[in-house]
Amino acid sequence: MLGKLTWYAIPFNEPPAMAASAMIIVGILAILGLITRKEWWPYLWREWLTSVDHKRIGVMYVLLALVLLLRGFTDAIMMRTQLAMAAGGAAGYLPPEHYDQIFSAHGTIMIFFMAMPFMIGLMNFVVPLQLGVRDVAFPVLNSISFWLTAAGALLVNVSLVVGEFARTGWLAYPPLSELAFSPGVGVDYYLWSLQISGIGTLLAGINMVTTILKLRAPGMSYMRMPVFCWTALCASMLIVAAFPVLTATFGMLLLDRYAGMHFFTNDGGGNFMMYVNLIWIWGHPEVYILVLPAFGVFSEVVATFSGKQLFGYRSMVLATLAICVLSFMVWLHHFFTMGAGANVNAVFGIFSMIIAIPTGVKLFNWLFTLYRGRIRFEVPVLWAIGFMVTFAIGGMTGVLQAVPPADFVLHNSLFLVAHFHNVIIGAVVFGAMAGYYYWFPKAFGFTLHRGLGVVSFWCWFVGFYLAFFPLYAVGLLGMTRRMQHYADLSWQPYMIVAEGGAVVILCGIVATIAQLVISIRTRESRRDLTGDPWNGRTLEWSTASPPPAYNFALAPPVDSLDAFWVTKQRAAANPPEHYPAIEVPRNSANGFLTAFFAVVFGFAMIWHIWWLAILSLASAAIILVAFGWMERIPVEVSAEQLAADERARQQTMVPG
Amino acid sequence: MSAQEGVADLAVREVPRAASGAGPSPVRIVVGYGFWIYLLSDIILFSALFATYAVLRGQTAGGPSGHELFELRHAGIETLCLLCSSYACGLAVLAMERRRVSAFYLCCALTFLLGATFLSVELGEFAGLLARGAGPSRSAFLSAFFSLVGLHGVHVTVGLLWLIFLVAQTAYRGPLDYVRRRLLCFSLFWHALDIIWVALLTLVYLMGAR
Amino acid sequence: MQIRSINLFRVVKGELPFRRVLAMLVVGGFAASSRAEGVLDPQGPIASAERLILLNSTTIMLVVVVPVIVLTLAFAWWYRASNTRASYEPNWANSGRIEFVVWSIPAMVVLLLAGVAWTGSHDLDPARKLPSNLKPIRIEVVSLDWKWLFIYPDFEVATLNQIIVPAGAPIEFQLTSTNVMNAFWVPQLGSQIYTMPGMTTRLNLLADHAGDYPGLSSNFSGDGFSDMRFVVHAVPAAVFSSWLAASQTQGVVLDAAAYSQLARTGSDVSIKTYGSVERDLFERIERESTGAPADHMEK
Repeated sequence: MLGKLTWYAIPFNEPPAMAASAMIIVGILAILGLITRKEWWPYLWREWLTSVDHKRIGVMYVLLALVLLLRGFTDAIMMRTQLAMAAGGAAGYLPPEHYDQIFSAHGTIMIFFMAMPFMIGLMNFVVPLQLGVRDVAFPVLNSISFWLTAAGALLVNVSLVVGEFARTGWLAYPPLSELAFSPGVGVDYYLWSLQISGIGTLLAGINMVTTILKLRAPGMSYMRMPVFCWTALCASMLIVAAFPVLTATFGMLLLDRYAGMHFFTNDGGGNFMMYVNLIWIWGHPEVYILVLPAFGVFSEVVATFSGKQLFGYRSMVLATLAICVLSFMVWLHHFFTMGAGANVNAVFGIFSMIIAIPTGVKLFNWLFTLYRGRIRFEVPVLWAIGFMVTFAIGGMTGVLQAVPPADFVLHNSLFLVAHFHNVIIGAVVFGAMAGYYYWFPKAFGFTLHRGLGVVSFWCWFVGFYLAFFPLYAVGLLGMTRRMQHYADLSWQPYMIVAEGGAVVILCGIVATIAQLVISIRTRESRRDLTGDPWNGRTLEWSTASPPPAYNFALAPPVDSLDAFWVTKQRAAANPPEHYPAIEVPRNSANGFLTAFFAVVFGFAMIWHIWWLAILSLASAAIILVAFGWMERIPVEVSAEQLAADERARQQTMVPG
Repeated sequence: MSAQEGVADLAVREVPRAASGAGPSPVRIVVGYGFWIYLLSDIILFSALFATYAVLRGQTAGGPSGHELFELRHAGIETLCLLCSSYACGLAVLAMERRRVSAFYLCCALTFLLGATFLSVELGEFAGLLARGAGPSRSAFLSAFFSLVGLHGVHVTVGLLWLIFLVAQTAYRGPLDYVRRRLLCFSLFWHALDIIWVALLTLVYLMGAR
Repeated sequence: MQIRSINLFRVVKGELPFRRVLAMLVVGGFAASSRAEGVLDPQGPIASAERLILLNSTTIMLVVVVPVIVLTLAFAWWYRASNTRASYEPNWANSGRIEFVVWSIPAMVVLLLAGVAWTGSHDLDPARKLPSNLKPIRIEVVSLDWKWLFIYPDFEVATLNQIIVPAGAPIEFQLTSTNVMNAFWVPQLGSQIYTMPGMTTRLNLLADHAGDYPGLSSNFSGDGFSDMRFVVHAVPAAVFSSWLAASQTQGVVLDAAAYSQLARTGSDVSIKTYGSVERDLFERIERESTGAPADHMEK
């Protein structure tokens, strides 16, 4: 009746897991209770849960990312603590069966449910505004994408309370992830969460590509688009090209586990090396999906706060496209030690180095944007400078490992772990934090507290070096990754310093949370009345903060790069006399309901509750058909309303 | 009607612009383009399975190989059905454009019938293989075969259900703009499945039967 | 190392005190690691060559990376808004000359490193046999859950979790796994290579001097993964011969029964020696790992 699900699925006999589960459940109940008491449900349903507005969806993506950052970071600090303790003969406090789940969950959550949603959220919020249009190409699809991602995030966290998570690492290589060697539900939680959120991500990629290529304000040719839109385009094209491979690969592993097939099993002629190849054919473009929008954020931030046009625009575009194409030609560098032979290894190694050329070009271009600029040290600039320094080092250690014989002694060691955290934290996290601070006023109408932003930056920056540079060293000493304990006592000091670094990063995260709370409390003193708090260059700053649902009453004037900057240099035009009425898409519960049934379906499949799986899948199909059948009547915004909005905006703006 | 059309309809200032600066495209183009991008992603999904099939083709684990299992006669019938179904689909789109309603319904029925025939032949083939003990869990080769051909079959099934929905919506609402757009997307989907089938036929059946 | 330390300090002088701490950590980290064991303390020709590549590549790249970091901090400092002496050119955003340099520098570095990658990949290909006067020792490596079995097919002895070889003799490894992927790695001797069920990978290493070199698995394989440690004892030739002789005469036999005991899931860090090994055990293991898997229940 309930498949494999029994009461034993709840970790009653494991205090840490029970404690964590209890905290999460209490937290969720508290939030739900608060919302109920304050009678916020109608507002939430109407304004957020069923919203198809790209701005709202973007905010929800970023919120999801920030919440999952807490979960992923908790996993990280637990790992660090374990490794600081488990030296010599000591066993630490986390037995292997837990430790293995924790490092698998850490990687899975940070990549799929923190970094991806953060970047997609920023792209969602910013790109239509920068392009001078009202919304993305397919607003309802956008909502579905977000909610499917949230569904995947929910399923991963359910594994903490009911059952277990995968114990295979974040990429779940077979044969270890096959049924024979991972008979529990852990790998199934991993696979179903990622399949569900993967569909969401793919749809978001399709949406964004179509938006950028087909929906731009009149006059905005390709070479007048902001660089952030170029990087969003390339990241989205990578999503469209890479995520189907992930879906196919996980699908095959699921068929192995559920239907006894032999894609990657040891017996029956399966070939798990195929999995390794396929998963990295997705995996390498994935890291560029993460990093390209971050590069875009930095391009915007550096140009705006230097008061100068981004240096070498064409070069930047070319470099971004080159990275996009090359990212599909390097995947084998993730397994040089699988024995492909010298020629194959060398070719892939060389391609991996070649991708450093456009990346280096971008770094130089940011450098020359700073040159002869007038740099205002706002918080995003701190992140940008921190990024440039950190990423240079991380990129170097990456190119180092692209030399196959060097990789032969560095592969899978903590040197590798330090490298990829170096680039992911240095570029993606720093970029996310910069973008968050930079566009927060546009989203909410008030700036974030500056002092706490500075504190957060320094804690992250110092904490990162303290946490990861010892890992470079201990990797060279011969420590490999995913170890739950180690014999060599001389490694322990490094682990302790790394633990210290993690604590410093924790302070940074606390500062960010405090910043949000305090900023909301004191928002009146930091209202953004002009819509342009940073003296920006691109079109999003020409709208009110927050922008109205329809973004632009009239198409903004675009006749060059940095369209808004150019507009500001000219004399202010007379306000138009006539605003034609416009239509905006109506809210839709499609996304939320589809995701609801997706969660039930995933849970049912994980626990082999077949009747529930069929029922929920059928329900999801019915939802799809029902919403497809219904007439979609847009909401009209009258000409009077538009005129009133514009007048109000003109009055609050500082003249000039 | 969508928000994009609001922007496209506006009186715009005269500015010198490159061709790519013509402003937001009309909805019909946006929808078609987006669907194309989806189809490209679907082709990549199939590519991953094709690649896996190519690698695992020889791994019969002592079991039967394609040479022993594939009947080219069935594959031929399936191909004929699918190609004719695509043709009928094209005719249906034309009929819709010309608002020839009864021709439209007839062509849709033909599309459906031919597609359903394809499916039934394929399901029959699968049943036959299963009965001979050559199911997907027999060997890696068979896993790859069943999932590749099976995924195509799942797409065809979804397409047929979609076609029913489209015909019902046309009957109920008439050939409105968004209904016609959806038909356009369906036809793209159907033709793409045809292309994938041709690749399947070549790489799996023709090359495997030798 | 010394020269690099001085340069870094000169660079760091005058900047925020934090930078000095950072530099000390970096340098200290590398200095400490060069005193201790591991990749920077090679004990064989493969490891030495690989360390050379590491250091050369890093130096080549630092030539670009250090100035970039310095320039970043310098520009950020000099062109800060409060510095009225700095020139401000808001519309200067293109320079063909700078673009040329900016594309060329990474391209040249990559060209150099590509050469290193090409020659290094071929010279240090794990399957390449190492030239030596001494007769090579063949060792067949099997990674089990969670222990290492080393078979000496030419001598029909086997060991668990320890390798004894004559110093200076090339070792020709053939590696496989019983069920899941592992990786064989002795950091001080050089390259690691995956061990995979149903197939054989090849690795060639050599220990220059007598000594004890720790080894481990570097590919996660389950709960007992951290216990997969072993030691490579490189010994003088005479010691090796007497060890061989002693092993062959002592009684413990690695027959089918003993092997299936070994193959049961569980960590085993004990060190054992087997005086007699079932013939073609390695081939049998490799063949059988593609059959139905042995009973492998996680705890």
